[in-house]
Amino acid sequence: MSVLQEISQNVKSIKQLDYAVLARRANQIQKELSQGVRKPYKELIDLCWGDPHSMDVKPLTFVRQVLAACVYPELMSSHKLPLDVRQRAQWLLGRCDGGSVGSYLAPTGIPEIVQRMSESIRRRDGGVPCNPDNIFISPGSQWSLTVLVNNEAPLRTGILTPVPCHVTTIMSIKSLGAAVIPYFLSEEHGWALQVEELQRALESAKGGCNPVALYVINPGNPAGYVQSRKSIQEVIQFASEKRLFLLADEVYQDCVYGKNSEFVSYKRVLAEMGPPFSDTVEVASFHSVSKGFMGECGLRGGYVELVNLDPNVVKYIFNLICKDSTTPVLAHFAMDLMMNPPRPGDPSYPLYNQVRNAAKHQEHVVNSLPGFSCQPVEGGAFVLPRVFLPPRAIQKAKEEGMQPDTFYCMRLLEEMGVLVSPGCEYGQKEGTYHIRYNIKNKLHFITT
Amino acid sequence: MNHGTALLWKRRALSSLSATRRGLPKEKMTENGMMSRAKVLTIDTINPTVKKVEYAVRGPIVQRAVELERELSQGMKKPFAEVIKANIGDAHAMGQQPITFFRQVLALCSYPELLSDNTFPEDAKSRACRILQSCGGHSMGAYSASQGIDSVREDVARYIERRDGGVPCDPDDIYLTTGASDGIVTMLKLLVCGEGVSRTGVMISIPQYPLYSAALAELGAVQINYYLNEEKCWSLDIPELQRALDEARQYCNPRALCIINPGNPTGQVQSRKCIEDVIRFAAKERLFLMADEVYQDNVYADGCQFHSFKKVLFEMGPEYSDTVELASFHSTSKCYMGECGFRGGYMELINMDDEVKAQLTKLVSVRLCPPVPGQALMDLVVNPPQPGEPSYDNFIKERTATLSALAEKAKLTEQVLNTVQGISCNPVQGAMYSFPRITIPEKAVKEATEKGQQPDMFYCMKMLEETGICLVPGSGFGQKDGTYHFRMTILPPSDKLKILLDKVKEFHQKFTQQYS
Repeated sequence: MSVLQEISQNVKSIKQLDYAVLARRANQIQKELSQGVRKPYKELIDLCWGDPHSMDVKPLTFVRQVLAACVYPELMSSHKLPLDVRQRAQWLLGRCDGGSVGSYLAPTGIPEIVQRMSESIRRRDGGVPCNPDNIFISPGSQWSLTVLVNNEAPLRTGILTPVPCHVTTIMSIKSLGAAVIPYFLSEEHGWALQVEELQRALESAKGGCNPVALYVINPGNPAGYVQSRKSIQEVIQFASEKRLFLLADEVYQDCVYGKNSEFVSYKRVLAEMGPPFSDTVEVASFHSVSKGFMGECGLRGGYVELVNLDPNVVKYIFNLICKDSTTPVLAHFAMDLMMNPPRPGDPSYPLYNQVRNAAKHQEHVVNSLPGFSCQPVEGGAFVLPRVFLPPRAIQKAKEEGMQPDTFYCMRLLEEMGVLVSPGCEYGQKEGTYHIRYNIKNKLHFITT
Repeated sequence: MNHGTALLWKRRALSSLSATRRGLPKEKMTENGMMSRAKVLTIDTINPTVKKVEYAVRGPIVQRAVELERELSQGMKKPFAEVIKANIGDAHAMGQQPITFFRQVLALCSYPELLSDNTFPEDAKSRACRILQSCGGHSMGAYSASQGIDSVREDVARYIERRDGGVPCDPDDIYLTTGASDGIVTMLKLLVCGEGVSRTGVMISIPQYPLYSAALAELGAVQINYYLNEEKCWSLDIPELQRALDEARQYCNPRALCIINPGNPTGQVQSRKCIEDVIRFAAKERLFLMADEVYQDNVYADGCQFHSFKKVLFEMGPEYSDTVELASFHSTSKCYMGECGFRGGYMELINMDDEVKAQLTKLVSVRLCPPVPGQALMDLVVNPPQPGEPSYDNFIKERTATLSALAEKAKLTEQVLNTVQGISCNPVQGAMYSFPRITIPEKAVKEATEKGQQPDMFYCMKMLEETGICLVPGSGFGQKDGTYHFRMTILPPSDKLKILLDKVKEFHQKFTQQYS
């Protein structure tokens, strides 16, 4: 018997994704297609992931030119690359130890880059000051959960998370041994976050776990909402009242399309609410180079800005990050390129601006078909329409041991060659079914 | 450096100092009931295991070094012209050059328009095309599968087969990781479970690379120390393993044995016999073996050779090769590449239970995927230019130059340090560090203790202030009680290293005299 037969309970509690079943079948179909098996379609279309480059969205030329020059500095002496590219690459490389992207990145990032990031954040937030000391380079939010989760306390740590919510957050929380306290977004109101629901969720947790944090996603994933300023204020007030740590996942802040939507950061709203809130509510705000129209998911770069944290706690966060240095130098550079893009007058500006405008004007009208209903998609990377399934389909699904929406996705895959993910993966109100697919494509469904 | 930049350094340096050093006001603490209310996150409410995490390689001495750099740049007078960070195994930071071929391919992958540029050799272009083909949307910016890009894992498997003289390797057993550290921490996350007396215990060598102790602290696992034998060139003695294990069984459930070969910080390269003995021990005591082999190309001493745990395991026959469970870790950060900033790595799992593997696959999917450029680099490391290819000669030249320079510096370090009375340095057989033993006079030990500092930290701090040389005290790695050491990298360029070593010698003599 294996030594490893007995493993961490936290790991075991991470749910196997329904997507895994669909992905396996998709792989099989792919093989069959390449072997010439006849199908009602010639190729598989995978719409599951928020991964622009794999959807054939092109990387930004400026970004890639700079990164190439940083990787192979000989390129800087040729005039094949525009001047601003060469200057930026030179500046970035000059900030690295030994002038190489192969040296370790300091855990708190390169000071000059972080300084520029903080200035960019200040501009984004209409002048609200941003202290570079509160910015930590880290891919993903898992480490922040590590700090919050106390497995030695009598009650399990609980974290309020939205329904629907993207999968990795739920997995991270569970893998650390904490409890997920779900709060339902209101689909009929455009996936609005209602304080009464937060209250209910908090009440439901009484005695079962110790609620410590409130996790919000804005703009949303998988649901494509963008929170209004008023909604953000309500959440901040709630967090303040109930003494909850706010985890604000804002990675889609550059993906806002709705005509009447505007991204406002939690930090900005907090600051504008003034004392006592602005001095006391603790917030961790996350951003990433994976989303937006830069879409560099593969680089694994992101940062967190900490607001109002106890300096003694920050000291320990620093230690954690030291040990876990996982951010590549190139990813850190990508942060600089994302937050300090070419400006008017720079040689690379016209092309950059063209791409940026094209991204903004993508059509995001979801065709209303019978059997579907979809809330307006104001931001983010996905569409999450509700699917109304006939009782027979639900029955069939149960017979096959599948969630009804997974069953629907499987049929969609088999008959149309289209892979989307089932709403059950993200959580949904009992008795409702959804599918999630990538916003970069328009799609015409034919109901089965 | 201009004033503005210097201010930046100050801010960053200050931010990384402990709160007490910064002398921060305590008004946010709840001593005064009338004041601002307590925070949600305080040192009393955060995850208690986080407080136990320490990482000496970037600890307080490094923070002080950064501060000194800032002071120097502001024109403050010091007994030295520059701070030399001989604390961290960062080759490029110390001036080591990257392998041209690797950087060419990575540039082509980053900006494929360069494929039409005829200053790039054909073999670089074909490698780049192959890598891009395996990436989503032909871009390094797309997520890869959580376990890593398929074709890269296949190439890694083939490399391992070649390295181990034909012992088969299944690509499915390969997981690409974000540096080796990611793989090590992931395996520990998987392993650590149980409560109280059945809490998982993990055996680690003393001295050890502090990632292990930090990870174990964070996971709330029990650290089981086994001491390497300094008198016998840091060898691993089975009786010592047995002693440590038997004791530990009284208060925890030992499940894993970690070994770093070639060693960090000690630099020893274990003999084949030693590796066999360890395997037998693990088999007998039913321990999961974690073999950190990131320095596998860094072997310098005559008579020493790298033997991979896997190869030895399989050569011991089915009694062992069918049963002993092993994870082997490798990285792009060391050897002759020194590409720490790319965060490339892999782990190979041998004889892992299928169900456990499924759990592991699930666990790694939580972090989505390792950085794609790092995966691409790993592919090149395991698939370098071959004889006949245009880049081959230059590649061999560069690799040989780097490795032989390291070998020279390893010897030089051992030689010079052993001429100092009160310093005794074991041969640096491999890896990138020397870990000499230092004699600290009683008076200094006393002063250190009064200051609340470890004696070797006190010593290293003084060295930093007087010479600008930043080392890591042995207490950060663990050492036998009453002994003191420091770890110094062999990475600075040869001429600088000579000066460094002479300065260390001078300092030690002065220090000994001062405290005699």
